[in-house]
Amino acid sequence: MGLESNLTGTFVGSRLSDALNWARKYSLFQYPFVTACCGMEFMSTACSHYDISRFGAEIPRFSPRQADLLFVVGTVSHKLAPVLRKVYEQMCDPKWVVAFGACASSGGFYDNYCTVQGIDTIIPVDVYIPGCPPRPEQVLDALMMLQEKIQREPLEKQA
Amino acid sequence: MSKKCVERLQAHFADQILSTHDAAGDETVVLKRDKLLDVLKFLRDEADLAFNLPVDLTVVDWYRIREPRFEVVYHLYSYRTKQRIRLKVPVDEDDARVPSSYSIWPGFDWYEREAYDLYGVVFDGHPNLKRILMWEGFEGHPLRKDYPINKRQPITTLLGEKS
Ligand code: SF4
Repeated sequence: MGLESNLTGTFVGSRLSDALNWARKYSLFQYPFVTACCGMEFMSTACSHYDISRFGAEIPRFSPRQADLLFVVGTVSHKLAPVLRKVYEQMCDPKWVVAFGACASSGGFYDNYCTVQGIDTIIPVDVYIPGCPPRPEQVLDALMMLQEKIQREPLEKQA
Repeated sequence: MSKKCVERLQAHFADQILSTHDAAGDETVVLKRDKLLDVLKFLRDEADLAFNLPVDLTVVDWYRIREPRFEVVYHLYSYRTKQRIRLKVPVDEDDARVPSSYSIWPGFDWYEREAYDLYGVVFDGHPNLKRILMWEGFEGHPLRKDYPINKRQPITTLLGEKS
């Protein structure tokens, strides 16, 4: 951000981080990287019944340049790994990653020759959601955990 | 029902047929590899057979169970006579190759590439026999029963980075 360089007192800096993080956590633009069955649960979370927009994560963006939250939803094969890495690198800071479901978190039951055993072998992950597939409530729970995490982030981290 | 097809084959290619059997009316013919293309062409072109739909092509690995180790399996269907037939061609591990059926049913193009990719059976005469599911540089053939179940081959050159 660079904002804090104009401010000298640490007192003001910490209050600014609160305000900024508050704004960030309630304006998450998600990029749904949907590869498999978990996608259905993502859709149901995003649609009106569970209504993810109540939590300030309203708009999915299908360009990584416009997103700050990467939802990796489903099984990722080794062949797909470079694509996922590229999508992550194209996102602007600050950015966060959620591993959605057992497959994205650990490979799930695909303990085999072609599946990445957890996307954290390719990109950093902030929150893992267990389940095959997870229920929408779990997804909303994970989103709130992520928001708490964002609120605690120091200003310098994303500067 | 496709008994008649088997009899037709037996009449024409008696020396090519190793055995036949059926399960619940589905006929299977086990064939030698030598004149495979002639047999396939015969099945496609004879008016009363007319197998014009290549349904499936796959491989069975009989590792340590049976010799020869591999069996290439063809499933055919005829829209005209509504019949099905299954062909099996046993091949040795040291000489795991069969002639490509691409020239007879172009629909078998990707099936043969998949069988090559996952089992390592070579289809002679295929115009583009490259891996289709696994990536370039993958070593081995993962559906062979002696491929270690936990062996991983991650792509280490993510975005040009070496590791
Ligand atoms: S965790 Fe289960 S539901 Fe989700 S992508 Fe994997 S197999 Fe499908």
